[in-house]
Amino acid sequence: MARMSAVLATTHHPFFHKITELTPPEEQPTFAAEWKSKVLAYRETLTAAKPDVLVMVGSDHFHQFFADNYPTFLIGKQARYDATFYNEVREFSMPTYELEGHEDFSGFMFQGLLDRGFDFSISHELKIDHSIICPIITTRPQADLPVVPIFTNIFAPPLPSAKRFYDLGRAIASIIEEWPADVNVAAVGSGHLSLELGGPRMFGEHGPDPAWDLQAIEWLAKGNIEAILRDVTWDSMVAAGNATPGFLDLVLMLGIAGPIEADYVDDLDLFHTREMFMTWYPEGDPRSGAIGEAR
Amino acid sequence: MSRYAVNKFLYQVDGDPSLLAEYKADPAALVARWETEIGPWLGTGARTVERTSWISLTEEERRALVEHDYVALFEMGAHFFLTLTIFIALYDEEYAARSGPLSFQREYATKLALWNGKTYPSVAL
Repeated sequence: MARMSAVLATTHHPFFHKITELTPPEEQPTFAAEWKSKVLAYRETLTAAKPDVLVMVGSDHFHQFFADNYPTFLIGKQARYDATFYNEVREFSMPTYELEGHEDFSGFMFQGLLDRGFDFSISHELKIDHSIICPIITTRPQADLPVVPIFTNIFAPPLPSAKRFYDLGRAIASIIEEWPADVNVAAVGSGHLSLELGGPRMFGEHGPDPAWDLQAIEWLAKGNIEAILRDVTWDSMVAAGNATPGFLDLVLMLGIAGPIEADYVDDLDLFHTREMFMTWYPEGDPRSGAIGEAR
Repeated sequence: MSRYAVNKFLYQVDGDPSLLAEYKADPAALVARWETEIGPWLGTGARTVERTSWISLTEEERRALVEHDYVALFEMGAHFFLTLTIFIALYDEEYAARSGPLSFQREYATKLALWNGKTYPSVAL
C-alpha cells in the first residue's frame, strides 16, 4: 500500500517567482531574501519525504472554468498537463510548465471518491493554474514528479462547508492509504489566509485581517478541527477579506493530515497578505530518521 | 440584472489579448461587438453553431463596462477577481510608469473605501 509521506498546506503567492527570481538582486524588495530563505527551508520538508507522486490541491481562478459550468470538486485524469494561462503569465510573469500526470492513480482516486459519497467532476483536458504551479515553484521547482490534480471551488459562491472540505481531505487520505502501490505519496495543497482582491482592503501594508491569520495558523498547526468547524463560515471568512474562503483548501489539507499537530510551521507577514508554510508527517517525521531504513 | 453576462464579458475579454486590446482602444465598440458577435454563443469557447438566446446587458451594465467603471461593477456584484484582473491589465502599466508600482491598485482600493466595514454586494449568481 502507498505511504502518506507528507502533507503540505501553504498559501500561494503568484508574485514569488517574479520578485525573487526575475527581479535583479539590487532591485528586489527588502523582504525578498527572507521570503526566499523561508521557501527554501519549507521545500526541504517535501524533499525529506522522498515523494514519488504528488496529490495536488488547488482551485481554478476563472482560468479554465467559468460560471457556465463551474465544478465544485474536480479531478484531472491525464498523462500530461499543461500549466499556467496567458493572463497569469501577463499579470504575474508566471512560467509555463508541462507536468506529468498519473492516470492510474487519478482513476483510483476518482473511483474512491465516488465510493465515499464525493460525486466529483472529472476532466481529461485540464490545464493547471497558479494555485498548483505556485507550490510547484516553491516546493518542487524541478517538477519531476507525476501529479494527481484536485480542484475545489473556493471562488464562486455558494461553496460547500468547511466540514465538507475537511471530510473530503479525510476521504483523500483513506484512498491514498488504500492505493496498492509501493510508493511515497505526498499531498501538497495551496490556499489563502485572509485576502482581499478587488475590494477596499486590498494591497495594504498587511493582509486584510492579520489577527485572523494568526488564529487560522494556530488552528491548523494544532490540528484543531473543532474550532475550525465552530468558527469558519462563509460570513466569518469574508469578514476577514473577500477572497479569504481560499482558506477552505487549507482545511482540506488538514483533513488529509488528520486532526494532528503539524511538524513544521512557518509564516511571513508580507504586504497585502501573509504567507504560511505548514507540513504534517502523519506516518512519522522522515527528518528524525524514524522512517526510511525500515521500509 | 444580468451579472452572468457581465462576468462572461470580463472572462472572455481578459482571456484574449486581441479582445483586451480592443477593450482598451475603443470600449464602446468592443462592448457592442461582444453583445452581438461574441457573448451570445453558448459557453465561453470557440463555438459558432450553438447560441444562447438570452445573453444581454442592461443599460447600466453596458455603461459600466464602456466607462471602465470598476466601482459600479463591484457594486452590481460582478466577480471581484475578474474585475480586478482585467483592469490591472488595462491600467497597471501606465499608472506604474507615472506614479510608481501598485499605484493603480491603491487607487482602485481607495475608490471602494466607502465599502470598508460594510457587507459587500454578493458575487453569488
